[in-house]
Amino acid sequence: MTVETILFYIFGSLAVVSALGMVLNIRNAVASAMSLVVTMVSLGAIYLLLEAYLVAAIQIMVYGGAIVVLFLFVVMLLNLSTDEFPPGRQRLIKLAFVIAGVTILAQVLIALGRDPLLAAQPQTVPEGFGGYRQLGIALYTDYVLLVEMASLLLLAAIVGALILAKRKID
Amino acid sequence: MPIEAIVKVLFIFAVMVMGLAPIITWIERKQSAVMQDRIGANRADLGGITLLGLLHPAADVIKLMTKEDVVPDGANRVMHLLSPLIAAVPAIIAFAVIPFGGVYQFGDTTLNLVAADIDWGLLYIFAIGSIAAYGTVIAGWSSNNNWSMLGGLRASAQMISYEVTMGLTVVGVFMVFQTLRLSDMALAQDTSFRIFGFLELYLGLNWGWIDWLRLPAWGIFYQPLGFLMFLAAIMAENKRPPFDIPEGESEIIAGYHLEYSGMRFGLFFMSEFIEIIIIAALTATIFLGGWAVPLLSTDAIIGGISSVMGVGFATGLCVLIHFATFMLKVIFMIWVQMLLRWSLPRFRYDQVMNLCWKILLPLSIANIFATGLVLLWVKG
Repeated sequence: MTVETILFYIFGSLAVVSALGMVLNIRNAVASAMSLVVTMVSLGAIYLLLEAYLVAAIQIMVYGGAIVVLFLFVVMLLNLSTDEFPPGRQRLIKLAFVIAGVTILAQVLIALGRDPLLAAQPQTVPEGFGGYRQLGIALYTDYVLLVEMASLLLLAAIVGALILAKRKID
Repeated sequence: MPIEAIVKVLFIFAVMVMGLAPIITWIERKQSAVMQDRIGANRADLGGITLLGLLHPAADVIKLMTKEDVVPDGANRVMHLLSPLIAAVPAIIAFAVIPFGGVYQFGDTTLNLVAADIDWGLLYIFAIGSIAAYGTVIAGWSSNNNWSMLGGLRASAQMISYEVTMGLTVVGVFMVFQTLRLSDMALAQDTSFRIFGFLELYLGLNWGWIDWLRLPAWGIFYQPLGFLMFLAAIMAENKRPPFDIPEGESEIIAGYHLEYSGMRFGLFFMSEFIEIIIIAALTATIFLGGWAVPLLSTDAIIGGISSVMGVGFATGLCVLIHFATFMLKVIFMIWVQMLLRWSLPRFRYDQVMNLCWKILLPLSIANIFATGLVLLWVKG
């Protein structure tokens, strides 16, 4: 076994265990969020092993760092428990979770059922593939329209959130 | 290769973490004493020897180690014990990508004074820094104390806000040096430019003195606004005064580390001081030329010495000169941070947030735009 394989097993099992920890930790939302951090950072380490350095950095910076800190901020600020939702809403939330779970499971099964050789065919990638230079050039030349659309969508979301929050403050 | 890496890691640990960090606590005390017209730390003595107060760091460590480690009632024990580690480890491993010198050729062997010379060095630092936020947030939450909780909340809001700005303030530098690799940035600054070169370029004037008036090609001369904004943002990330609202003694006692004692408090304390060194090393590398000697390029140094002493000796001496230059710049930046820390009063919470979102963020975006325009104009 090479060092890479050993590291892959370490971080892979860490990701699985902490993902389970996140879902099963129903009593303590903060512990749940911290498990999510461990999952994200282990996934980042796996991206590193795949030599996808930019994706790894963004995975840790955005998902491991910023987003879960925001989760924590909200969790700590609100200190919500499930009793605070009305029962009808609770049933709706559970239904949403079941639908999401079944969809993801179906996707995994379909992916596993596909011809495994198709995925396993090794191909050489061009020099610097997936680096920040290539990604930047691709984003701002070929896909510039999509980037602008995504940013417009985010802007709309920000403005919407501001309006919702402002109504409460006023 | 593994042995080389281990030697580098041990060197970083011995010099930067274990060597420099305790000395900085002494510098901090002496700086505050000078600025407040006191004598300063001079009481710790071993049989009458005080070494200008340099024994104080050792006395601190002994005190912190032998103190009782209290975990408050109702605290989340595991998180309470883990969070000082989450704060300290990212600060230490960030040194991996800092170039302490350039790349040197000794016959067949090359010496690269970076522990991990990766292409995405700055992104690595930002990624590590975003993980460090959890140390303070979780410390505040797990202590089961309202003041700590407020400190943790403030820390999470402040660190998220300034992470965004910190990234945007250095984009101008990426554009100028066309790289994210810290060793390449330092190498690009190992040269100089003519201050009035534009006269010859655009007006065709060919005066002899134009060649002699030179500035080192440092990031601070290309991106002066970027330097100031980056320093402000990264100092806010470190949560030291004037940005220490997560601790704010006058409002929330000691904030997130209120319920910590002994060496666990010591770890928070240490991570803050290690981050000072990281900030100094990072600003020195990005904006102050890193290991480069101003106006004397590597080739000039090696060429000048080797004509007298031989190439091998000249390269070895050059390594030492570059390392000493880098450390001088680091110590200068540490001193600048101490000076700011003891001159400015603590900002209010809303002032810190306004500075980030209403001043630094728009200014850094304007800086990116202006840099792009100038680069387009100069490079065509």
